[in-house]
Amino acid sequence: MRSLFRMLGRALGFAAAVFAVAALAQGPVEVQFYYPIAVGGPIPKIIDGYVAAFEKENPGIQLKPIYSGSYQESIAKALTAAKSGDPPVMSILLSTDMYTLIDEGAIVPFDDLVKTADDKAWLKSFYPAFMENSQTGGKTWGIPFQRSTVVLYYNKDAFKEAGLDPDHPPATWAEMTADAQKLTKRDASGKVTQWGVEIPSSGFPYWLFQGLAIENGANLMNAAGTEVYFDKPEVVGALQYWVDLVNKYKVHPPGIVDWGTTPKDFFERKVAMMWTTTGNLTNVRANAKFDFGVAMLPAMKQRGSPTGGGNFYIFRKSTPAQREAAFKFIKWVTQPERAAQWGIDTGYVAVRADAWDTPEMKKYVAGFPAAAVARDQLPYAKAELSTHDNQRVTKVLNDALQAALTGAKTPAQALKDAQRDADRLLRSYR
Amino acid sequence: MTRTREWIYAWLLLLPAMSLLALFTHYPAIANLWHSFHSTARANHPSVFVGLDNYRSMVEDPIFWQALKNNLWYAVGTIPLSIALALLMAIWVNNRIPGRGILRLAYFTPTILPMIAVANIWLFFYTPQYGLLEQFLGSLGFASHNWLGTRSTALPALMVVAIWKEAGFFMIFYLAALQSISPQLAEAAAIEGASRAYFFRRVTFPLLMPTTLFVLINAVINAFRMVDHVVVMTRGGPDNATELLLYYIYEVGFRFWDSSYAAALTMVLLAILAVVALLQFAFLERRTHYQ
Amino acid sequence: MTARTAARVGPGARGVGLRSLETAAAWLLGILWVLPLLYAFWTAFHPSEYSTNFTLAAPWTLANFVKAWHAAPFARYFVNTVTLVTMVLAAQLVLVTLAAYAFARFDFPGRNLAFALVLMQLMVMPDVLIVENYRTMTALGIKDTILSIGLPYMASAFGIFLLRQTFKTVPRELDEAARVEGCSPLQTLWKVYVPLARPTYLAYALVSVSYHWNNFLWPLIITNSVESRPVTVGLQVFSSTDQGIDWSIISAATLLSTGPLLVAFLLFQRQFVQSFMRAGIR
Repeated sequence: MRSLFRMLGRALGFAAAVFAVAALAQGPVEVQFYYPIAVGGPIPKIIDGYVAAFEKENPGIQLKPIYSGSYQESIAKALTAAKSGDPPVMSILLSTDMYTLIDEGAIVPFDDLVKTADDKAWLKSFYPAFMENSQTGGKTWGIPFQRSTVVLYYNKDAFKEAGLDPDHPPATWAEMTADAQKLTKRDASGKVTQWGVEIPSSGFPYWLFQGLAIENGANLMNAAGTEVYFDKPEVVGALQYWVDLVNKYKVHPPGIVDWGTTPKDFFERKVAMMWTTTGNLTNVRANAKFDFGVAMLPAMKQRGSPTGGGNFYIFRKSTPAQREAAFKFIKWVTQPERAAQWGIDTGYVAVRADAWDTPEMKKYVAGFPAAAVARDQLPYAKAELSTHDNQRVTKVLNDALQAALTGAKTPAQALKDAQRDADRLLRSYR
Repeated sequence: MTRTREWIYAWLLLLPAMSLLALFTHYPAIANLWHSFHSTARANHPSVFVGLDNYRSMVEDPIFWQALKNNLWYAVGTIPLSIALALLMAIWVNNRIPGRGILRLAYFTPTILPMIAVANIWLFFYTPQYGLLEQFLGSLGFASHNWLGTRSTALPALMVVAIWKEAGFFMIFYLAALQSISPQLAEAAAIEGASRAYFFRRVTFPLLMPTTLFVLINAVINAFRMVDHVVVMTRGGPDNATELLLYYIYEVGFRFWDSSYAAALTMVLLAILAVVALLQFAFLERRTHYQ
Repeated sequence: MTARTAARVGPGARGVGLRSLETAAAWLLGILWVLPLLYAFWTAFHPSEYSTNFTLAAPWTLANFVKAWHAAPFARYFVNTVTLVTMVLAAQLVLVTLAAYAFARFDFPGRNLAFALVLMQLMVMPDVLIVENYRTMTALGIKDTILSIGLPYMASAFGIFLLRQTFKTVPRELDEAARVEGCSPLQTLWKVYVPLARPTYLAYALVSVSYHWNNFLWPLIITNSVESRPVTVGLQVFSSTDQGIDWSIISAATLLSTGPLLVAFLLFQRQFVQSFMRAGIR
C-alpha cells in the first residue's frame, strides 16, 4: 500500500517536473508570419483555417499570421522589419525576392533544417521549375507555396466563328499568328472589333516576355542572378515577334496593353486569346459568358513559360525553436493533400507532382481539365527573371519592352540599351 | 503684462506647432541634404560619405531627366487649364444660371472623392475598345485609340484627370472672392455701357488677382505633389512617359530601397519648390492685400 | 455715340443667345464633372457585365457591395480613417489656434523669422519628404501606426496662415475689453477670437478632413497592416490583385469608402460653401 503511494508520489513528482521543464523550455513557441494576397477569394479564411488545424496538431506552437498587403508591400514590410530588428519568423514573398533577401542578409537557408531522410525526400518532391527560383549557390532559400505560370486563354466560341477548331489551340508561334489573323475582326470602316491576341505589357511586361524568350530558345539570366542576356539574338527575336504581332500582322492592339484590363477585354469578346497567369483561372471561369479553353503557351524552338508567385522564407532573426516550428508548418502545409486543396481553392498551381495524384485533385481536374494545363506546362517552365538588385534590373527590361512596343526604339536597340544598363547595375555583384 | 512676459507667452503658444514643424519639415529637409551625400546602407555595407556621387548618378540617369521633363510639362499643362476652368466655373455659379446649386455641387464633387478610387474609374474611361471615351468617340466615327498605352497621349490623359480633380476646389476660392466684389460695381459699369468682357478684363480680373496668386501657388505645389493617379493608372509607363518626380522618388526610395539616391532626387524637388516659394514671397511683398 | 449705343445693346439682344449657350456649356461641364461618380453608381448597382454597356434594362443588384465588403476588411479601414481624420483635425485645431493667435496678436522678437519658417511648410509639404519622414518614424518606433500617418500634418502652415488672417480682423477693442475684465490671453482667445472665427474653422475642417480622408502616398508608405491602413490604401491593395480589374466591385468599394464623406457633403454643402466664403479665403 505504502509502496503504491510512494510510486504514485514519485510519478506525480516526475510528471510535475516534466511539466515545469516543458513549460520553462517551451511555453508555446510563437511564430509570426506575413502573407500577401495577390488573387481574389477568401485567402485569409483559408490561412486561418490552416493555422487552427496546425495548432491543434501542434499545441506547443502558436502561429500568428499577418496579412501584409500586396507582394510589394509585403517585401517592403519584411525588409524594414528585418532592418529594424523585429522581422517575422517566416513570410511568403515573391520567389524573385530571393536575391534581395540574401543580399540584405535577412533570411537563412533551409539546408540546416533539412535533416532526416523524410525531409530530404520532401525537398525533392517539388517541381524543379519552381525550385529554380528557390535555390542558388547550392542552397535552398525558399519553399514554393503559391506559385503560378503563364498560360494562354482562348475563346472557343470565337474559334468556331472564325472557322477554327476549338479543341486545337495554337501550338506554335506560326499557328498563333495564323489563328490570330483569322480571329481579328474588323468592321466596315476598318476598325478592329475583336483582336486576335493580347499579351499584357503594363506593370510587369518582363514576365510575359520571358515566355516568348524561353520559347525562342533563351532565358533571360543565369542561375547565380549576376548575368542577364537581354541582347542575345533569341531574346531580340522574341521581342521582334511581339512587335510584329502589333505592326506586321496587326492582330495585337497597339501601344501598352494593361494587365488589369486584359481579362475584361477577354470577357467583353474584344480579344479572342490572352496570355495571363494561371492565377486567373477561377476569375475567368466565373466571368466568361462563353466557352473558353486554356492552353500551354505556343512554341517557337520549344515550349516555355516562366514560373511566378510566392515562396516561404525563414528570417535570420529568430530562435532555433522558432525556425524549427516554422519549418514544421511549412512542411505541414505543403503536404500533397493540402497543396492540392490550396491549388483548388485559389487557382495557384499545386507545387508538387504527388499533389496532382490525390483523389481530390483528380476529381477536380476531371471536372475542369483546364486546371491541369499549368501542370503539363511545368516541364518546360523556367525560373522567373530574378537577379541581384532585382527591382532595378526588371525595371530596365520593362522600360525597354515598353519602348519597343510603343515604337520609341527598335527591339534590337531597346534590348541593347537594357543590357548595358543592367550590366552596370550588376557589375558589383560579379 | 510686461514685454518679456509677452515674449515668453507668445513663444509658449508657438512651441507645440513649431516643434512639430521642426521635426517634420525643417529637420527632414536638412537631414535629406545630409543623407544625399551618403551611400545607402546595405547588409555588410554601412552607409559612407560619398560626396556628390548620388548627384553624379542623377545627372547620368535618363529616367531622372525624363521625370523632370514630364513633370514640367505636366505643370505647364495642368496649372493654367485648371485655374481657367476654376474661374469659369466660379463665374457661372456666381451668375443667375439655372440650377446653379446643383452645378456648384457637381463641380465640387471631385474634391471629395479620393484620387486613388476615381483613378480606377478613369482607367475605365480610357480603356481601348469599350472604355467610355472609346464608346463615345466611336459613335462619332473616330478611330480607336489606346490613350494610356501610347507615349504621346499617356501624360495628357493623366493631366486631364488632375485638372478634373483640382478645378472644383479652386473654384471655391474664386467664388468666395467674387461674392465679395460689390454688385454696385457691375451695375455702374452696365450704366456706363461697358460690355461684360470689358468689365471682366478691367475690373473683375484685377480684383481677383490675390486669389489667382493663391490658387496658382496651390496649383504649382499640386503639380509636383499629386501622383496617386500615376500609381493606379500607369505606374510611370509606357517606358517612363508618365514618370513624375515624386513617383520616381517613391520608386527609388520604397521599391529599390535606395534611400540615399531618393534623397538626392528629393533635393531637386525641394529646389523647385524653393524657387516657387521665393517667387511667391517676391509677389507677396508687392501685394499688400494679404496683410 | 452710335458705337456706344451698340455696345449697350450688345449684351442685351445678342446676350440672350450667348447666355443660353453659356448655360449649356456650364451644364455640359457639370455633367462631365460628375460622370465618374455617375459611372461608379451605375456600375456598383449592376452585375459586372453591365459595367461596360449601359442599357436601361440592366437589372439592379447589391451583390457588388456584399462582395466588396467581404473581400477586404473595410470596416476596420473605416475605423482607421475616421480615427485618423479625427485625430489630425483635433490636433490641428489646437496647435493652429495657439500659433495663429501668437502671430496675430503678439509682438515678440523673431516673429517674422518664425512666420517664414511656418510658411515654408506651404511649399515643402510632408508629402514630398517621404524618404526622410519614413526614417524619422522608424527611429521613433511608431511606423505602421495611425499616429505616424497623421503626425507630420498636425502642425499645418495652411491653417496657421488662414487663422492668423481671421484673427487679425478681430477688432482690437474686443480684445482689450476682455483683458480689462481680467481675462488672461488664453481666456481672451477662447472667449473672443475662437467664436468669431467659426466660419474659418469650418472651412478649414472641411479641407483638412477631405484631404486626410483621401491622402494616399504617405499612408501607403508608412502603413503595412490592416490595423493601421486607412481606407484609401485598403482600396488600392484590394484593387491591384493579379486577376485584373473588376470595376463593379471597385466601384462598390469606392462608394463604400467615400460614402460618409459624400453624404456629409451633400447634407452640409451650403454651410460648407458659405463658410468658405465667410472665412474670406481668397
